[in-house]
Amino acid sequence: MTGTTAAAIGYAGAARLRWIELAPWVLAAAIYFFAPTYLPLGSYVLIMILFALSLDLILGYGGIVTLGHSAYFGFGAYVAGVFAIRLTGDPLLGLAVAAIAAGLLGLATGAVILRTHGLALLMLTLAITSILLEVANKWTTVTGGTDGLHSVPIQPILGMFRFDMFGKTAFLYCLIVVAACWWLVRTIVHSPFGVALAGTRENDVRMHAIGAPVYRRRLAAYTISTSLAGTAGALLTQTTQFAGLSVLGVELSGEILVMLVLGGVRRIYGAFVGPGVYIVAKDYLAKQTPEYWYLGIGILLILIVMFARGGILGLLDRAFAQLKRARA
Amino acid sequence: MRVEKRAVLTVVAALCAAMTVASPASAQTVRIGLINTYSGPMASNGDQIEKAINLFMKLDQCKLPPGVKLEILKRDDTGINPETAKRLAQELIVRDKVQMITGVVWTPNALSIAPLVTEAKVPFVIMNAGTAMITERSPYIARTSFTLWQSSYPMGTWAAKRFKTAYVAVADFGPGHDAQEAFTRAFTAAGGKVVGAVRMPPPTSDFAPFLQRVKDAKPDALFVFVPAGKSATALIKGFGELGLAQAGIKLIGPGDIVTDEELPNMGDVPIGVLTMFHYSAAGERPANKSFVAAYQKEYGPNAWPNFISVGAWDGMQAICDVVRAQGGKVDPEKTMLLLRGWKNPNSPRGPIEIDPRTRDIVQNEYVRETKRVGGIMKNVELETIPMVKDPWKEFTQK
Amino acid sequence: MDAFLASVVSIGFHGLAYGMILYAISVGLSVTMGLMGFVNLAHGVFAMAGGYLMITVMDRLGLPWLPALVVACVVVALGSMVLERVLYARLYKAGELEQVLFTIGLIFVAVAVARLAYGTLPLAAPLPEYMKGQTEVFGRSFPTYRVVVIAVSAVLTAILWFGVERTRWGAMVRAAVDNRAMAQSVGINTGVLFTLTFALGSGLAAFGGALGADLIAMTPTYPFEQLVYFLVVVSIGGLGTLRGPFLGALFIGIGDTACKYWVPEFGAFFIFVATMVLLLWRPQGLLGRAQ
Repeated sequence: MTGTTAAAIGYAGAARLRWIELAPWVLAAAIYFFAPTYLPLGSYVLIMILFALSLDLILGYGGIVTLGHSAYFGFGAYVAGVFAIRLTGDPLLGLAVAAIAAGLLGLATGAVILRTHGLALLMLTLAITSILLEVANKWTTVTGGTDGLHSVPIQPILGMFRFDMFGKTAFLYCLIVVAACWWLVRTIVHSPFGVALAGTRENDVRMHAIGAPVYRRRLAAYTISTSLAGTAGALLTQTTQFAGLSVLGVELSGEILVMLVLGGVRRIYGAFVGPGVYIVAKDYLAKQTPEYWYLGIGILLILIVMFARGGILGLLDRAFAQLKRARA
Repeated sequence: MRVEKRAVLTVVAALCAAMTVASPASAQTVRIGLINTYSGPMASNGDQIEKAINLFMKLDQCKLPPGVKLEILKRDDTGINPETAKRLAQELIVRDKVQMITGVVWTPNALSIAPLVTEAKVPFVIMNAGTAMITERSPYIARTSFTLWQSSYPMGTWAAKRFKTAYVAVADFGPGHDAQEAFTRAFTAAGGKVVGAVRMPPPTSDFAPFLQRVKDAKPDALFVFVPAGKSATALIKGFGELGLAQAGIKLIGPGDIVTDEELPNMGDVPIGVLTMFHYSAAGERPANKSFVAAYQKEYGPNAWPNFISVGAWDGMQAICDVVRAQGGKVDPEKTMLLLRGWKNPNSPRGPIEIDPRTRDIVQNEYVRETKRVGGIMKNVELETIPMVKDPWKEFTQK
Repeated sequence: MDAFLASVVSIGFHGLAYGMILYAISVGLSVTMGLMGFVNLAHGVFAMAGGYLMITVMDRLGLPWLPALVVACVVVALGSMVLERVLYARLYKAGELEQVLFTIGLIFVAVAVARLAYGTLPLAAPLPEYMKGQTEVFGRSFPTYRVVVIAVSAVLTAILWFGVERTRWGAMVRAAVDNRAMAQSVGINTGVLFTLTFALGSGLAAFGGALGADLIAMTPTYPFEQLVYFLVVVSIGGLGTLRGPFLGALFIGIGDTACKYWVPEFGAFFIFVATMVLLLWRPQGLLGRAQ
């Protein structure tokens, strides 16, 4: 793979780790030590980052536009909750079970819907998450209905680290899991599989012509993505000891889509910047003037689309490029 | 050198001592976390709480001892979002170090906060969420609002004396199930017959198909519970449109279906509706008259307080009373002790108290009929059933 | 048996009323999505604007119901033209994602404005006296308002179908939907066509919103809550067609009502399961073009 071809398909970075890629983790460590009262918010941001990463894999790299990704997030969340209540509260085991379960759901649903595209695919994804929401709503004995699953009994990690009220254990737990998944996504994207996936997005007619198994690749990517989304959902349940209906449905799917596009699609780190900015802004604006939150975020979105395609990172890219040209 | 240093230290020490003696129990700020709904489709209920609290503080009802201040930190849970509510509560406790938590419109939100206040030992005064079992979830919860059983159960008993058959239609969620169970149990125990029941999905805005079903079943009365506000208005409209009143079906239910602030929007349809509730803005008590007058002076002649407003108003009263009784030093155990058995004989809704055993509200329930009085739609109180304790807890804790 | 027949008639009637409103609102979306290929998730904003404007005009200016309805539609149509020229037109060449993001942003702004202007409580649509009460149709009594909804929507639908199928303008729209490049090459000014069609679609949405304000309540979060239904109608009907969404709307309207009546506990499943089944069977929609 030559550098120019890689850039043409839209990679945001080379396979070698650049020092700036460590920035998010340094920031996370800083928050842990210097802003300990923000840890619950920090855990939430980390979980959304993982969720956004999983979406980027199929949306940015695979070109599958979906309004139904919350289905897998929510499924993972509820599986983790029910597992802890009914079987064992061991968090690591629960996490693995939820990830596998969400992946299987992704495989099953993907096999059915990935044969379509465009509006039909969009509507199918929407339908899936809405149906799951209704199931969670009605199946009160298992999911708790509108009240949700309360006081989910999560045991200390490895028997040692208890989930405390201050959110310290939760934050570190999320940090480690998200870091591991980030490494996984990064590796996939830069692998031959990732290149082929990008090919299916760019020009799947040609991919068919060269005999590449387009459908199988998309399905594989979809399964990995849904598994990651389920992991994020499980993290939410385990760190808050709670699972409720808001982990499913179109609203959450829409929100994570907005968060990702805000940061910048198809560049891995858009999935970091987007949720970070969105959640912090929402937290801040909602405290100052709750009624004006919608106005602020709406205008921000429109401005970004009009003037900052490629999201925040795209904007930064252009700014740096201009700086370089000015200096040259 | 040594002598000078000692002199300086002595002066500093004396100054410190002087300061601690001179300032009386130095400005003590009691921080209260208010978790409310300010945005999203359900914000109208949160609005009622907000208006009541602001009025309470503006009219200086708190009457705290000198040097003690109340600081209310407001947070938006944006609707039925238990995760958000829990995170907000966590931040209020850990970051903002509040001494009490209050507010909370929705049952799921209250339930998710419960384990947190137990662990952190922070008293939680619920101003609205009405599902019966909430107060059981933590020993630090007290409630100043209501439960669905409190209104629906006596309604069942009362209705059985006047109607032989009833159809029960409720919104398909926690409070709706409570209302259905309570009414059905009381109605059938008193000799009535429930000829049909339906649970309607909460986001319904068009009740026509369900009401058509009711019309076809021809009951004497239709007992309905839907959340106050948008749903209630839509249901009342549907009731009128399909001509159920003309078909001889009487509409009854807990007061949620004809709340005072929505009545102006319902036209003439609610005339004749019989409801059982703990609060009507048309109540003739002097305490209520002055409350409504103050409310309308502040928010305009077309603004009406409703049951959510009094839940918040009395909640603030309870909070202020316990803060005052402790001189501004809020101790969780002492607070809960004070809340159990707290009484307010002069609430706008009549005499109320908090049951020492269950930490839940005990209050009068009134049978009301909706009438047009002097051109304005009002829920006129006809009968009083005094000091009703939550029947669900009475049954389950025998 | 008699009771069963009676309930079938009831369901048919109420479902028809609901379906007609859905159609009136969604047909504009079908045309704009099919014609301009623009994913306009904010379509519900125009419906909401129509409803709120009509109520305001009736309250403040004291106009009776019908003129207020007309005024609301015209104002929204004109407003949408401005919006189209200033904002939408810039994004015609943009990707699907950008369009989705932009229209979501538009919804947020509209919701905020509606809340600030009208408060959070749903607004009552004041119906004229002759529309309250019941009407006898085929021996059964039905709410007059819903009879009016069905009748007026039917007339509108007829005019629309005639207009698009028999007029030159309709022919131009159909040509542009079929093949934009070819239409331009034969001299059709697609820019103007888009703006006018967008205005028509939005005006129709406003009409549906205002007419149906008693069926689908006017609240500030209307565009969010109803979006799913409009999209479902359009996708199972078929993009870019007029008759497709009609079938879709009737299917959803009657089906949803039937479920509410007979199996209320599972009513919410119906729409989504039906959507999945239909789209898996015919991804292009009932009357859409196969791709």
